[in-house]
Amino acid sequence: MKNKTIDPKQIKGWGIDADPKNDPTYPMRDRMNVGEDPDSKHRPASLQPVDTEVLRSIERPNVSAVFGTPEPPRGLSGMIRRAAFKYSENRYRHWLPLVLADRVNVVEGVVSDLLHGHVPNIYAEKGYPVEWKHNRTAFITKMATIALATAGVVALLSSGKSKKKAKKKDYLSRY
Amino acid sequence: MLAMEYRGPKRVRAVQKPMPEMKHPQDAIVRVLRTCICGSDLHLYNGNVPDTRVGSTFGHEFVGEVVEVGSEVTKVKTGDRVLVPFNIACGECHFCRQGMFGNCHESNTEATAVGAIFGYSHTAGGFDGGQAEYARVPYANVGPTVIPADMDLDDAVLLTDVVPTGYQAAEMAGIQTGDTVVVFGAGPIGIMAARCAWLFGAGRVIIIDQEDYRLEFARNYSYCEAYNFKEMNDPVVFIKKITDWMGADCVIDAVGAEAAGNTMQTITGRKLLLQAGSATALHWAINSVKKGGVVSIVGVYGPTDNLVPIGNVLNKGLTIRANQASVKRLLPRLIDHVQNGIINPKGLITHRLPLEEVADGYRMFSAKLDNCIKTVLLPPTANQ
Ligand SMILES: [Zn+2]
Ligand SMILES: [Zn+2]
Repeated sequence: MKNKTIDPKQIKGWGIDADPKNDPTYPMRDRMNVGEDPDSKHRPASLQPVDTEVLRSIERPNVSAVFGTPEPPRGLSGMIRRAAFKYSENRYRHWLPLVLADRVNVVEGVVSDLLHGHVPNIYAEKGYPVEWKHNRTAFITKMATIALATAGVVALLSSGKSKKKAKKKDYLSRY
Repeated sequence: MLAMEYRGPKRVRAVQKPMPEMKHPQDAIVRVLRTCICGSDLHLYNGNVPDTRVGSTFGHEFVGEVVEVGSEVTKVKTGDRVLVPFNIACGECHFCRQGMFGNCHESNTEATAVGAIFGYSHTAGGFDGGQAEYARVPYANVGPTVIPADMDLDDAVLLTDVVPTGYQAAEMAGIQTGDTVVVFGAGPIGIMAARCAWLFGAGRVIIIDQEDYRLEFARNYSYCEAYNFKEMNDPVVFIKKITDWMGADCVIDAVGAEAAGNTMQTITGRKLLLQAGSATALHWAINSVKKGGVVSIVGVYGPTDNLVPIGNVLNKGLTIRANQASVKRLLPRLIDHVQNGIINPKGLITHRLPLEEVADGYRMFSAKLDNCIKTVLLPPTANQ
């Protein structure tokens, strides 16, 4: 594993796209060879019908001509998302609630699985089988650490003392 | 149909989902033949991208066969084999008309800084991605490009993101003949950026990472110098030293928010999620470039990273020279390069897995197991 000296000119394709005019400080919009004046109001002729709830950034006047629809906002996470979209992309009030909603959504996902009679196989979903296969020693150490930490938390909780402190330490959330 | 599904941080699975539906006259439905797991999918996988909803299907790198087209679709037809650029672009708006297909204004309602990307959270438009048997492809007259008959599907699938993004990273760096180029990150994009730097006439190409197997791969694939930052006290000082104490002419950040190497950033960004990831690589890039040099960012950052919207600098293509690749603009040239044997995209692929094993695929790539560089997923209906 040593770095060899390289003569660039031996490399296939060396310099074929070299262009002294490729000056990155020159504005992008003038580099593009635009034949026509871009019309900022132009939209595609057909618009996707809004037949599902789609959250819209307040930094634009309308819903884009097409949009994705797979997971409309639902439940508690949906309520948080709707609230977040009252604020512009310029505000942490927009982004931080969305991150929170994502975490709430994870719990909703597990509940929804259970309600549909499906116990999620979290071990498989996390891809642990492949970790076991390729990274066994580190994996065992990690699992043992989790087990010890869990045992510690359980012990603290069941002792009845310092309950608050134990709750704060969520060792499992890191994995 | 079978599809990958996100269940929460580091939890994904393959499940049966409803077939995608046509929603717009320019939509097409594509039967996926090859799809990849991308380094930027790891930001989603780790739960670092806001508004990543449980139940979403990831996958912005895929090729497939068109099985259904809407009434306004004229450029592709049923039966065509197409490669689908990762960005969804209308081809008509203010930005598309300037060739900024990665910055389309008519495909993402939920955010204005980010264009729409397949399978990349609701912040990037809320579209399901291609890690599935079938995918909805909007604006089928613009994005999907028919794969030349003699082109390997494995090469084609890497033309949806890795090759154009790596190439554009080098292009945006403004490399002039003889320049010294430093690339942070020896993932597939960084390796491709290092390879493409030579096409622009670089005189010296250096790649920095923390995984020896990736550095070894980069050395062979990209013919570059490769160094492990774990063996350095300070990567910035190291680069200054090996560039005659001047710094590099151009530096490419091909890492993004999953960066390792800085404890402070790891704690605040990756563990506590106080920032959308850690900005270590960007920090190093800015500090190791020569005065008057160019920093080119293609690593993905969250919208508010480092409490500065550096992610939006990338997503909006502002002039630090940072942008998502305009795949469509670059494709004709890159297809030529592949066909002339100058770039060998499929040489990056180290793993092939059935879509059913998607959870293992993500774990393997994310934990850097089994010397994984790039994984291709094969849906059951791909049948070849
Ligand atoms: Zn990608
Ligand atoms: Zn557009």
